[in-house]
Amino acid sequence: MLSIKNLKATIEGNEILKGINLEIKPGEVHAIMGPNGSGKSTLASVLAGREIFEVTEGEILFNGKNLLEMAPEERAREGLFLAFQYPVEIPGVSITNFLKAALEEIRKHRGLVPLKGAEFLKYMNEKKAMVELNENLAGRAVNVGFSGGEKKKNEIFQMAMLEPKLSILDETDSGLDIDALRIVANGVNKLKSKDNATIVITHYQRLLDYIVPDVVHVLYKGRIVKSGGKELALELEEKGYDWIKKENVDA
Amino acid sequence: MKSDNDILIDELASKEYEAGFITNIESETFPKGLNEDVIRALSEKKGEPAFMTEYRLSAYKKWLEMEEPNWALLKYEKPDFQEISYYSAPKNLPKFNSLDEVDPELIETFNKLGIPLEEQKMLAGVAVDVVFDSASVHTTFRKELHKLGIIFCSISEAIREHPALVQQYLSSVVPVGDNFYAALNSAVFSDGSFAYIPKGVRCPVELSTYFRINQGNTGQFERTLIVADEGSYVSYLEGCTAPQRDENQLHAAVVEIVALKGAEVKYSTVQNWYPGDKEGKGGIYNFVTKRGLCKGDYSKISWTQVETGSAVTWKYPSTILKGDYSIAEFYSVAVTKNHQQADTGTKMIHLGKNTKSTIISKGISMGKSNNTYRGLVKINPKAENARNFSQCDSLLIGDKCGAHTFPYIDVDNPSATVEHEATTSKIAEDQIFYLNQRGLDTENAVSLIVNGFAKEVLNQLPMEFAVEAQKLLALSMEGSVG
Ligand SMILES: Nc1ncnc2c1ncn2[C@@H]1O[C@H](COP(=O)(O)OP(=O)(O)OP(=O)(O)O)[C@@H](O)[C@H]1O
Ligand SMILES: [Mg+2]
Repeated sequence: MLSIKNLKATIEGNEILKGINLEIKPGEVHAIMGPNGSGKSTLASVLAGREIFEVTEGEILFNGKNLLEMAPEERAREGLFLAFQYPVEIPGVSITNFLKAALEEIRKHRGLVPLKGAEFLKYMNEKKAMVELNENLAGRAVNVGFSGGEKKKNEIFQMAMLEPKLSILDETDSGLDIDALRIVANGVNKLKSKDNATIVITHYQRLLDYIVPDVVHVLYKGRIVKSGGKELALELEEKGYDWIKKENVDA
Repeated sequence: MKSDNDILIDELASKEYEAGFITNIESETFPKGLNEDVIRALSEKKGEPAFMTEYRLSAYKKWLEMEEPNWALLKYEKPDFQEISYYSAPKNLPKFNSLDEVDPELIETFNKLGIPLEEQKMLAGVAVDVVFDSASVHTTFRKELHKLGIIFCSISEAIREHPALVQQYLSSVVPVGDNFYAALNSAVFSDGSFAYIPKGVRCPVELSTYFRINQGNTGQFERTLIVADEGSYVSYLEGCTAPQRDENQLHAAVVEIVALKGAEVKYSTVQNWYPGDKEGKGGIYNFVTKRGLCKGDYSKISWTQVETGSAVTWKYPSTILKGDYSIAEFYSVAVTKNHQQADTGTKMIHLGKNTKSTIISKGISMGKSNNTYRGLVKINPKAENARNFSQCDSLLIGDKCGAHTFPYIDVDNPSATVEHEATTSKIAEDQIFYLNQRGLDTENAVSLIVNGFAKEVLNQLPMEFAVEAQKLLALSMEGSVG
C-alpha cells in the first residue's frame, strides 16, 4: 500500500528526514514513536503533501502510484488521510458544509454520485454516533473554540466520514481523557479492514493497548533506527529513549 | 521564491470576467455632451411634465457649481462629462405581451448571463422589470400587483402616469444638490424603477430589476424611488452585470426609499459590473447614492449588498432614522481583486427617539486591490436612547491587497449606546492545507472560507438571490486551476 524509499526532506535548508524506509501492507497497523522533534510530524506532513517541506531525495509509492507527483487534494482523494497533531481553526465554515464538500470530491473521485441532503445527514449521524461526537459540534465552525480533546475527536470523525485507505494519526491520543481515548480507539478499530492501513504516531504505549500495532518503529533524528513488534512499545515505556540514543550516537 | 500556494492565489485573483460580451441592439443615441438644451431635449423626448423639466434644470445648475468629490480613498481618471452621451434607447420600443415578441438578441444576452427571462418569470413569483440600457423593455406581473394597488413600473412611466406621487417623493430623501453625482443624476437620469406600496399592503412577490450597461460611452444614470406607505412591506432586489468594455464607464445611480409609519422595506443588491482587466483598464466607475428615510415611527429599512464588480466603487447606502422606534440595518459583502478599488460603507443618521441601527460589513480583498469601509454613525441631540452596533470584518487573500476601516462616530446625546467591532484576518496557508488534505482543491477551499466569512450577510438575502450571490462569490474566487 505504502512504500517509502530513502526519503529525505528539508525545511528552510535544514534536513529533517534523513533517509526514511518504510513498507506498509493493507490491513496493517504501524506505530511510530520517537523523541520530540525527531521528525514524526514532518514525515506525516510530507506524506500529505505539505509544500513547506522540500523532498530532496527518495520516492514514495501509494497503491503503486507516485505520491510525490500528486497535489495534496489528489492524495486525499486517493485515500490518504492525516489526523493532524494540531488541527487548525477555520472560522465561518461549518463542519457540515465542509464535510459535505469534501465527501463530494472524494466520492466523485471514486466514481460515486454525491449523496443527497437527507442521505448525507443520515450518513453523518451514523458516523457521529460511531465516535460519540457531541451533537452540536457538527453545526459549529471547524475547530473554532473546540477543546483540545474535541479537536482530536473531530479528526477521527472526519476520518470516519471520508473512509480513507491509509490513515495517519499524529498524536491523536494526546489531550484525550480516558473515556475519549477508548471511544476514539474503538472508532479506529471499527474502521479497520483488511484493505486499509493505519499509521499511529504516539508517545504512549497506552493507546497501543487499544489499537494493537503489527509493527512499532522508532524514529530518531530523521531516521527509523529500530523496528519491532508491539513489545517494543512496552520496552520504550519502561526504559525511555536513552538506550536508543546511545545505540545511535554514531548514526 | 513564490510557493505554489502564492501562485495559485495570484491566479485566483485574476479570474477573467465571465459575463463579458456586448450585444448589438440598434439604439438611438444623443450626441455626446451636456448643456441645458440637452436636458430640455431629454425631458421632451421622455414626454415629461413641466415640473420635471424644471427639476432637471435646477439640478443641472446646482451641479455646475459643485466640485467632484476627492476625499474617498480612490485613484481614478476623472470622467469627462462632455464625452458622454446622455440618452440612448433601444429603437421601436413596443410593450410585449410574451417573450416571443422580444428581440431574440436580448433573450440571448440574458441566456449568456444565465438568467433567462423564461425562468425568471417562473422563478418563485419574481416580477421582473428589466432596465436594458436607458429604457425599460419588459415588465411582468404588473397586472397582479395592480390589483393590490401596488405600482411597479419604470420611473419614466411613473412620471407620466403618477406625477403627483413622483413630485411628492422625488428628492425628498436625496436633495438635488446633495452631492456632485446625485446632482448630475437628477439632471440627466434616463430611467430606473418606481415602486409604491399602498397602506397596509404586504407585497406578495420580491420586486426585482436587472440593470445592465450596454451602450459604449453611455453613462447610466438610474433613478429608483420606492415608497412604502403606512404599515406596508416590500422586498426589492437589484442585480447587475455588464459586458466587457474598453473605456471606463460611469454609473451614477440614485436610489431613494421612503418608509412611512410602520412600513418595512428590504433592499437587496447583487452587483457584478465589469471590474476592468488585470491592469484595471476598462472597468465601470460606480458612484451611487442610495439613501432611505425611516420617515414614520416604527418604520424599518434594511440594505443588503453583495458587491463583486466595478473598477471603482463609491457607495454608501444610508438611512435617516427620523421616526421614533425606527430601525435600520446595513449588511454588506464587498469583494475586490486585481486593481479594483472599493470605498463603501453606510451612514446611519439617528434623529428619532429609541431608534436602532445595525451595521455588518464584510470586506474581502485579493490581488492588488483596495477595500475601504467608511461608516458614519450620527446620533442627533434629540435621539434619546439611540442604539447602534457595528461590526466590520476584513479578509485578506494574498499580501499585496489592502483593507481599511474608517468608522466615524458622532454622538450628541449621552443616552446613546454605540458599539463598534472590527477584525482583519488572512486566509492562512495551514487552513488551505487542512482543506486540501480533505480532498478540496485550493479554489474550492478559498471559496468555502470566503462564503463562511460572508455567511452572516448572505443569510439576509432572499433565498433565490442568496444562491445566486453564493455562485457569484465562488465565481469571483475561481481561477484557472488545472
Ligand atoms: N515549519 C517549520 N519550520 C522550521 N522548523 C520546523 C518546522 N516544522 C518542523 N520543524 C523542525 O523539524 C524538526 C522535526 O519536527 P516534527 O514536528 O516533525 O517533530 P515530531 O517528531 O513530530 O515531534 P513531537 O513529538 O514534539 O510532535 C524539529 O526540529 C522542528 O523544529
Ligand atoms: Mg509531532
